[in-house]
Amino acid sequence: MDFTFNEEQTLIQRQVEQFIQRDYDWESRQSLILTDSGYSLDNWNTFAELGWLGISISDDSGGFGGSSVDTMILMEEFGKGLVLEPFLETVVMCAELIDKAGTLEQKKDVLTDVVEGKIQLALAYAEPQSRFNLADVMTEAKLESDNFILNGFKSVVMNGPNANKFIISARTSGDQRDESGISLFLVDAEVSGLSSRDYQTVDNRRASELTLESVVIPRSCLIGELDEGFMVLDAAIDRSILAISAEAVGAMEVLYKTTVEYTKTREQFGTPIGKFQVLQHRMVDMFMEYEQCKSLLYMATMKHDEDSADAKKAISGLKYQVGNASKFIGQQSVQLHGGMGVTDELNVGHYFKRLTTIGTIFGNSDYHLKKYTSL
Amino acid sequence: MNLSFSKEDLDFKQEVVDFLDSNYPGDIKERQDKRLPLDKEQNIRWQKILSKKGWFAVNWPSEYSGSPELSLTQKYILQNVLAEYNTPVLLPFGVGMCAPVIFSFGTDKQKNQHLPAILNSDVWWCQGYSEPGSGSDLASLKTKADKEGDNYIVNGCKTWTTLAQHADWIFCLVRTETTPIKQEGISFLLIDMKTAGIEVKPIITVDGSHEVNMVFFDNVKVPCENIVGEVGQGWNIAKFLLMHERSGIAGISGLKRELSRLRELSASTIVNEGTLLDEPAFRAKIEQTEIELTATEYTELRTLSSISSGGSPGAEASILKIKGTELQQKLSELFVEMLGYYAHPFFAENELGSNDSIGPEYAGSIMPHYLNYRKVSIYGGSNEIQRNVISKAILGL
Repeated sequence: MDFTFNEEQTLIQRQVEQFIQRDYDWESRQSLILTDSGYSLDNWNTFAELGWLGISISDDSGGFGGSSVDTMILMEEFGKGLVLEPFLETVVMCAELIDKAGTLEQKKDVLTDVVEGKIQLALAYAEPQSRFNLADVMTEAKLESDNFILNGFKSVVMNGPNANKFIISARTSGDQRDESGISLFLVDAEVSGLSSRDYQTVDNRRASELTLESVVIPRSCLIGELDEGFMVLDAAIDRSILAISAEAVGAMEVLYKTTVEYTKTREQFGTPIGKFQVLQHRMVDMFMEYEQCKSLLYMATMKHDEDSADAKKAISGLKYQVGNASKFIGQQSVQLHGGMGVTDELNVGHYFKRLTTIGTIFGNSDYHLKKYTSL
Repeated sequence: MNLSFSKEDLDFKQEVVDFLDSNYPGDIKERQDKRLPLDKEQNIRWQKILSKKGWFAVNWPSEYSGSPELSLTQKYILQNVLAEYNTPVLLPFGVGMCAPVIFSFGTDKQKNQHLPAILNSDVWWCQGYSEPGSGSDLASLKTKADKEGDNYIVNGCKTWTTLAQHADWIFCLVRTETTPIKQEGISFLLIDMKTAGIEVKPIITVDGSHEVNMVFFDNVKVPCENIVGEVGQGWNIAKFLLMHERSGIAGISGLKRELSRLRELSASTIVNEGTLLDEPAFRAKIEQTEIELTATEYTELRTLSSISSGGSPGAEASILKIKGTELQQKLSELFVEMLGYYAHPFFAENELGSNDSIGPEYAGSIMPHYLNYRKVSIYGGSNEIQRNVISKAILGL
């Protein structure tokens, strides 16, 4: 048993940490949320140059063959900087999926471009009725001679407005909520019949509603086996939960530390408010929630990498804890900052908003507690 | 002891229902039902409608409101029916806050000048209490009013001033004297917002809305006769007012409506073969909230009943502030949970309603409301301060 990072991992951590301190100051970040894409292409190119975009992609596909621990290190630092660049969406959710399940041609077509920072991807799995159930798929794909014809609707597709290609889950057989009968397709954003409504999300990121009307794609766009897409999708979401939990842990660390610092300087009744025991205990609880999340994060990430039999249960336990802690730490950071905590000007509110969406993304605490119970 | 309504009470309820059926304006109802913010004119128009009927200043003595005083039960019925119809929440700054101070402590001249204008919603009031350095420790406030002949010259800054951008007048706590005990040098001053030297700067909150402001005073000349009560007695008035503010802060009748709306909407939110209301974990949270809400409602009724038989709202008001705001936040959280991913698309206040909604049609305002309502456990004396009040005043600790 070893809870330390190896030399290479420590190096990556320092590198990301430095990038955030040097190139990701709050003002620059806030100016990015006003741009169309909501992120910086320059930063994205830096990610590519530093090899981050290929960190978790296999050597064969032009990446660096890293583990979930490597992704975790990166995402935790991104969480601290509240990084807007869609690493989770493009690399973790999509590129890794193609790397694991795609055809040789798809890998060649997509992964080199991802690693080099040339394209953006988005995973379209949720539908208006599906809530957090990945198997609840009404979007249909029908095989007609050598083409698939796709019809349906995908909701809240994260990074949708920036995506050059989508991975779309669609039903090729079975009933609405059957796990079997789901297939995954790699679909060009420009394909005819695919329309999107783009918008900003509350955490200042970007998302889309996708409508598919008789979208015709060649058979070669099928990722993995016909009807067997659920397992592939489910595994991608597991990796994504680990990644987004690491981001949450990074954000929680900044929030509890920022709050502690604030209460040392904010004076009321002639004394720093951090001297009041009721606030001290609250901050101790915030700190403990953060530590507990970090413990589950390390545990679940290692179990996942070791392909342990209870890895899925560990991941649901983690997401449950992250959901609860995100809410508690986010809300209390605002509360302890008083009125300042609810202003748009202060960074606290922005961390709070991201932790709020993370609580829901890939399933909220209720969903994962239920799943944990069933596993 | 009994909980039943008399025949007269039931007749009164019917009167309220009939009144709303024929007097609640369609355009306001539409915005309320879609959970969109009202503009200034709509707020004022609605308050005037209620005022004309005598149901606006229900907590004023009839000599000032000009309407017969309602019984405790009638007020309860009125509030609940108004909430069931989802009518706009009244802006408290004039009718609920400034007016009780004026009719309790003001001169005849102040009463004549301000009370009819508040009653008729002709004048929009805002509250100048908090300062950047004085939040929970309100008595440390630094905005100065120096006497110069028949005037005070006011210098300083107030913050978190709700809707000051619309306000005609502001009631302020100002320091008229530097005294060893900080509470003793504070006075309660009414200031016309049109006076030279006042500047209002917006503060944008996490939900993207412009609700609160900073108000700057630079050598603002205010007639001495605008002091309410004695010079140096402002702190006692402030405490009186805070108690009024806190007791109204629970908003129970509105919470009851919100809870039943949540129940309704979650019963139509599909989860697998069933609905969200069938999910045991979510259902349990709804029921727990209802029990807590019922307890708070009856705590409020017990408090009001003791006031109407001669007691004054004391530290019990702090219980209502804490419990009411915790419930408001819990409900806003459950609405967000209900929406799942559809809580995430975000439009600023001014874009809401001008877009076709993304997801369910009620989705747009739910996340902004959740974010905005983090304020309720902070304002009006933070919930930590309220617990201090209870511990000191009730438990004697």
